[in-house]
Amino acid sequence: MTTLEAVGKTIELNNEGFLLDADQWTPELAETLAETVGLGPLSDKHWQVITFCREDAAREGQSPGLRRISKLSGVSMKELYQLFPKGPGKLAAKVAGLPKPQACI
Amino acid sequence: MKNIVILGAGTAGTMVANHLRGKLPTGWTLKIVDPDPLHLYQPGLLFLPFGTERQERLVRPRGNTLKRGIEWIQQGVEKVDADARQVVLEDGERLSYDILVLASGSQIRPEETEGLLGDHWHQTAHDFYTLDGATALRRALAGFDGGRLVVNVVEMPIKCPVAPLEFLFLADDYFTHRGIRDRVELVYATPLDGAFTKPVASATLGYLLEQKGIKVESEFNTGEVDGEARLLRSWDERELAYDLLVSIPTHGGAPFVAASGLGNELDFVPTEHRSLLAKNHDRIFVLGDATDLPSSKAGSVAHFQSGVVADNVLRTIAGKSLVEGFDGHSNCFIESGGGKALLIDFNYDVEPLPGHYPVPGLGPFDLLAESRRNHWGKLAFRWIYWNALLPALPLPLPSRMSMIGKRRPPDKVAA
Repeated sequence: MTTLEAVGKTIELNNEGFLLDADQWTPELAETLAETVGLGPLSDKHWQVITFCREDAAREGQSPGLRRISKLSGVSMKELYQLFPKGPGKLAAKVAGLPKPQACI
Repeated sequence: MKNIVILGAGTAGTMVANHLRGKLPTGWTLKIVDPDPLHLYQPGLLFLPFGTERQERLVRPRGNTLKRGIEWIQQGVEKVDADARQVVLEDGERLSYDILVLASGSQIRPEETEGLLGDHWHQTAHDFYTLDGATALRRALAGFDGGRLVVNVVEMPIKCPVAPLEFLFLADDYFTHRGIRDRVELVYATPLDGAFTKPVASATLGYLLEQKGIKVESEFNTGEVDGEARLLRSWDERELAYDLLVSIPTHGGAPFVAASGLGNELDFVPTEHRSLLAKNHDRIFVLGDATDLPSSKAGSVAHFQSGVVADNVLRTIAGKSLVEGFDGHSNCFIESGGGKALLIDFNYDVEPLPGHYPVPGLGPFDLLAESRRNHWGKLAFRWIYWNALLPALPLPLPSRMSMIGKRRPPDKVAA
């Protein structure tokens, strides 16, 4: 576990930098989390993806996969890679304060 | 007469049908719909390409797997009309149901990846999730004298998420036996951030990849395949060359799921995590690979779910409330090569941990560790599958996962 001093609070992250307590997430914290993974200030397009991921996870009980994000958020796969380079599914989940998309082992 | 209709007579559907047979009150009938005359033992597909399993040992006539008194309708499904509580069959006939069980599984969809299908399909680009695919791959492996073999998971979720790794471990063995291991490069290209993504498994099993000389290309999301140039291109424009491609294509639910408006973006059916009721449909239960659940798409999951679904079907008939009986429990043997295997046991909340199964301290199986006993367990499993699991005989294995006999490494308590 690691901690991050942000938005006037001590934020707990797991060893890979994912938020441990989803209730600690705020839009301001998302900006800080984005900085820690090297994303510049978040654009409207970033927010479109983050908002979709959070709403979808609240409905479905799990972080959405890449296909689901590209199909339902209105942001194409190509754009997702421009917005969240290398691993859009993982990075979007991290900034949105959601658990990492995982396999069983 | 009232009807229970089960769609799909694979592992999940057959077990539910056999569970329910003999337990239904008078006035209820049990029908199961599946067009395929044969039942396929899917765990055996992994061994076909290496010649250690034969096609004829993996299939049995479907009729022999269903108990007497279950009516098998050998037809495809066009769609489910949930408002009318009817199933529309391929020939246009409508089958009314009072309770529907969706056990229609998942299928590979190579057509979802640009360029994956083409003249090179089943020549230099393969799958091993179908009988045809695994058989073609056997020929290709036999004729492979060296070069780069890439195993590529296109996207999650897939059936049996450990199968691609097992394939690589067995390929390492296979080429070693043929005396050409030094001429073969084994690469695992995965959209995930590593071959193992759970902390304890990753720390415990990471050595296997190094020991076997398997390279991992992580966070590789395949955008297209250039079959002529033998190249994979990722969405972030990385290129990965191959001589032989073993693709685990995108998976999706049965086509009728989309036609019925019951599925998500991949035609998997949104399902309540613990009762296995379809979300928004009070007379439809879902299990096995057909669900959108975060549990693994694996036979053991279907087995643990089948008891819960059978129970909840009987409760619905009796007008009782449903049991929240499924906890995401899964266990699977993982072939690690050299006549050894691993066993993992986990659920929605608890990742795979070391220990013993099913008897604490004794086993006989070792969790999250390689052993010969585990390998024999995997081989014995085929007999258990046909003779105990499919007929839904009572087994001394609780459907809920147990923490007894497991150890959580102290530094991983709050990972």
